[in-house]
Amino acid sequence: MSPTNGKSSGPIAQGMIDATGMPALVLFASMVGYGSMAREAGLTLWTAVASTGLTWGLPGQIAMIELYALGAPVIAIVAASSAANARFLPMVLSVMPLLNEALPKKRWRYAAAQFMSLNPWAALMRRGPNMIPADRPPYYAGFAGICVSAALLGTGAGFVLAGALSRDVTLTLVFLNPVFFTLVFADARGRAAILAVLAGIVAGPLFHLLSPDWGLLLTGAVAGTGVYLADRALRGRHG
Amino acid sequence: MVDGLDWKLWGIVLLCGITTYVWRALAVVIGGRVSPESESFKLFSCIAYAMLAGLISRMVILPEGLLAEAPLSYRLIGIGAAVAVFFGLKRNLAGGVFAGVTVFALLIVFADTPV
Repeated sequence: MSPTNGKSSGPIAQGMIDATGMPALVLFASMVGYGSMAREAGLTLWTAVASTGLTWGLPGQIAMIELYALGAPVIAIVAASSAANARFLPMVLSVMPLLNEALPKKRWRYAAAQFMSLNPWAALMRRGPNMIPADRPPYYAGFAGICVSAALLGTGAGFVLAGALSRDVTLTLVFLNPVFFTLVFADARGRAAILAVLAGIVAGPLFHLLSPDWGLLLTGAVAGTGVYLADRALRGRHG
Repeated sequence: MVDGLDWKLWGIVLLCGITTYVWRALAVVIGGRVSPESESFKLFSCIAYAMLAGLISRMVILPEGLLAEAPLSYRLIGIGAAVAVFFGLKRNLAGGVFAGVTVFALLIVFADTPV
């Protein structure tokens, strides 16, 4: 990676390398699960693949196909799908400050926001602060590009393979996703991030029981703000 | 292919994409002037970490859809194995994922439960 030349292909390649391997593999596998569920729900191959590319958020996609399969009204499907993906507001909000400086043109920020998902978010939050600002957008582009490719291929493969996979195999593929992301979050560094992960683990299911619709945002707002205030108090005390 | 049902399906797929994008765009508008050194960035970062860890925890403990067919004990044992191997092998991501998924798969295949 050349720190002096922002146009170097170094950070793009680094992003692609970091995404290839576990992130792309796990994403491919969980999208195989989605593709096969989408076929069972009555989607066509191309609507299934397009939903991955356009929505680019698995919880919203699953809400969409489940309600579509039940024959729910369009407005109900769209509302549920959008609500399930409301997490993108705090997610994009938290990571954009790392990209803003090197993306003075707003249109690139809006383009970057479309491709944000858990994998590139975790990679940027972890590695971004140690990069020079100009390297962050190309790193992100390389990383997200591999993720999008793996997810589109996985969705198509899952659609084609639907029915050929046993229930146990599909179930294991679906479990791959929470296992992988548990470890991504177990690997969080820095006191504030580690405390926020621990608080979220406890608060997530509790707030979900309180309100399945708003539980996730409440978890972020309550547990996240609480941890921020605690961390700021600790910083004040120890300098 | 150009029957009424297909157009309805394409419409739903497009609308779900657009309404998800609204959240992303809103974040770009709000976060346009936030610097990575600011207190706001630290706050947003705590909120996002807590929310996303909460999402994963909820997926394991209170899953929806297919994963709910596996018993809670299998899911927790799988996650426990993954975390143990991950830290046991000095934060080895691939090793942890492999251990967690293998333990879970063995449980659903060989343990006597209706999966």
